[in-house]
Amino acid sequence: MSSARDITRAAWPPRSVYLDYPLGHTSGRPHEPELNLQILRDTFAAFENLRVPGSMAHLHYRWSDSDRWKDRVFAPSTKAADLPECAVPNGDDPATASADAGADSTDGSGYEDDRVERHPTPQYQTDDDAAAARASHDGEDCLVCAGIDY
Amino acid sequence: MSEQTPQAVAARKPPVEYIPRITAQYIGLGYGEYRWVHSETPPSWTPLAKPISESRVGLIATGGVYSVGQTAFHYRDDTTYRAIPTDIDVSELRATHFAYDLTDARSDINCVFPIEALRALRDGGEIGELGPNAYTLMGGIYSTRRVREELIPELAKRCVADELDVVLLVPV
Repeated sequence: MSSARDITRAAWPPRSVYLDYPLGHTSGRPHEPELNLQILRDTFAAFENLRVPGSMAHLHYRWSDSDRWKDRVFAPSTKAADLPECAVPNGDDPATASADAGADSTDGSGYEDDRVERHPTPQYQTDDDAAAARASHDGEDCLVCAGIDY
Repeated sequence: MSEQTPQAVAARKPPVEYIPRITAQYIGLGYGEYRWVHSETPPSWTPLAKPISESRVGLIATGGVYSVGQTAFHYRDDTTYRAIPTDIDVSELRATHFAYDLTDARSDINCVFPIEALRALRDGGEIGELGPNAYTLMGGIYSTRRVREELIPELAKRCVADELDVVLLVPV
């Protein structure tokens, strides 16, 4: 499955489907299980039907009535008022964009580094997760965290 | 999908071209040009041995998904992976990543880890069965060599050991 058509085409896997959603929604939308089930159903139908190695099926789903979200993806900074109506990747959530706009502007290029710092230590979603990981590994009842030395 | 009148629907724009946009962003931020993977030869092809409805299906997802009790991923070329039981309760799943908006994935992990849809397809007989584990990765690994030489061979071994017929890849 892919929401980045050109990246997937460049990598050229044997079979793929393209879903025209913002990054972070490769397999569907939040809290829409029926939609997501149909997306998976269509994906497996394509898997069975694709016959040419390296071909890609386009799924027909659309993120919203407007494709304005595409204008903001990895684009140079614009005014917060121009933000699209839906949450889009890379920190462009309208709820936070006003506070962030321009905060990290670089040397006139217009680009903002909206990724977070690339920390070399585990980045837990919550502090409770960190405690749970410590407890499970101390007790040697962990699930598989392959490639990590303890 | 709901019925929509042509008047209510704005013209559809073509797919986002991520490679030129991200390349321009990196250059704009003062980084070196990102070296994308461009495969030069057609992919290998293995015909399906049997229908999906009779196949054992696996799931490999990037997007930084882990379960409570596991060590979270870090953000600097993390080439480790996690094995997550396919019967896990989704309330036990978490997501961490440096490069995409986690809001929706943390609200409903199925956006990037379609485990509930896979289980529904299995329960309805549309998928034969699921492997014992799904495998999750961070992605965002800048070294394609490490992905090719370290990560992919390990995951391939797991898929063979799980006797999977088909693997669904869900990158972010």
